[in-house]
Amino acid sequence: MDENGIRTDGRRWDELRPLKIEVGVVKNADGSALIEWGKNKIIAAVYGPKEMHPKHLELADRAFLKCRYHMAPFSVDERKNPAPSRREIEISKVIREALQPALFLEDYPRTAIQIYVEVLQSDGGSRVAGITASALALADAGINMRDLVVGCAVGKVDGKIVLDLNDTEDKEGSGDLPYAFMPNLNQVTLLQMDGLFTFDEFKQALELAKVGGMKVYKLQREALLRKYFSGGGPETSTGSAEMMEEA
Amino acid sequence: MIPGDVIVTGDYRPGMYVQRRGSDMVALRVGLAEIVRNDVKVIPLSGAYIPRAEDMVVGKVVNVTGYGWEADINSCFVGYLPGQFVFGRDFSPSTHDLTTRFTVGDLMLAKIEAFDRTRDPQLSIRGPGLGKIPQGEIVKMTPMKIPRLIGRKGYMINMIAEFSACEIKVGQNGVVVVDGPAEGVRKAVQAIELIEQEAHTADLTTKVQQLLGAPVGPAPAAGPENSGEQ
Repeated sequence: MDENGIRTDGRRWDELRPLKIEVGVVKNADGSALIEWGKNKIIAAVYGPKEMHPKHLELADRAFLKCRYHMAPFSVDERKNPAPSRREIEISKVIREALQPALFLEDYPRTAIQIYVEVLQSDGGSRVAGITASALALADAGINMRDLVVGCAVGKVDGKIVLDLNDTEDKEGSGDLPYAFMPNLNQVTLLQMDGLFTFDEFKQALELAKVGGMKVYKLQREALLRKYFSGGGPETSTGSAEMMEEA
Repeated sequence: MIPGDVIVTGDYRPGMYVQRRGSDMVALRVGLAEIVRNDVKVIPLSGAYIPRAEDMVVGKVVNVTGYGWEADINSCFVGYLPGQFVFGRDFSPSTHDLTTRFTVGDLMLAKIEAFDRTRDPQLSIRGPGLGKIPQGEIVKMTPMKIPRLIGRKGYMINMIAEFSACEIKVGQNGVVVVDGPAEGVRKAVQAIELIEQEAHTADLTTKVQQLLGAPVGPAPAAGPENSGEQ
């Protein structure tokens, strides 16, 4: 960060990177989304609910949620071995656990829901981008959900709390704090912390993550509405149903 | 509506895909909200087929077991048709040969007799029009769009059947079988594909009427409670 508070990529401390989201990009999947967040390019695809394989792992009272976060070999500067690394296994787990509270898994007993998060191009904050995209893919797949889930990261660079770290800041900075929450319920589903924060810094970071997350949620919403309600047709009928109710 | 959206606030009853949170009615699916008096529901626009009792489905036999048939009903659950439902109460696997009625690969129009969370859906072929489907062209649709294909009181599907001179069997699981003269089948399939693509548009009936060469006119009088239908 320079003396004017401008970051390596020209942003101020409270600015997000450019964010673009599209829903329904994978035709074969039941639900999918593509997110371009800074230099991140991530596709999330959801299959299911479908029959559970292997059969002995199925759960009698709810669906089994499977999640795979994977980075393509060409997603980073130096070729990445496509075999799942320690880091990818961890991120698969945290994405799964960040999404699970939003889902009504008990509505789909004895089935499996599979989420694939494929990183085509990687930048900082890919787990929160993955969560944001997966939540949309799940909604697109028509799985009952309490709320969408939004991810957003905050970090500490040169002793200052900044929103939405990029790759350089992630590596050079002194800490980062990925955060995911359900915006309407105001419940946290993922909170990780790397590096050292004082308690005041932590509180400030959490506040900032919420503010940033709400900005992301706005774009996430728009992306979903764009796929289903562009052209005005159904939304007006929603409106008219409500108007008739009032009449 | 998208998951998490508050549809209305106040004294309402939550219906399908709606949850009450305090006094807020919250949507659980991507879809259209519908409020009729006190009942709030969401008509979903996406999603896989989840069986419900009394649904009509088109199933394909995938396995013949000792006591019945297993059918793929385009869902995460396998439909099961017990031998008793076909041969009657005195069915016994030693005296009756199950393959004389259905073998692997056969299509059937069946009703979901019972379905609960603990066991796979049970099928039945007792009822008018139910049973084996000997031939026809299979068209798959998004299950959530089947109500558009059927239309108000079957208006749409009857119109397509009439103007294509075809017999059309519609499964609520999103599988449709069309049978009739080649030209008619082509027309009917086109109409079904049109509905698949434009299910959410307002003047769907007119578009289908134009495609079929049917007289263009309004569908039968719409009640306000059906405003989400077309």
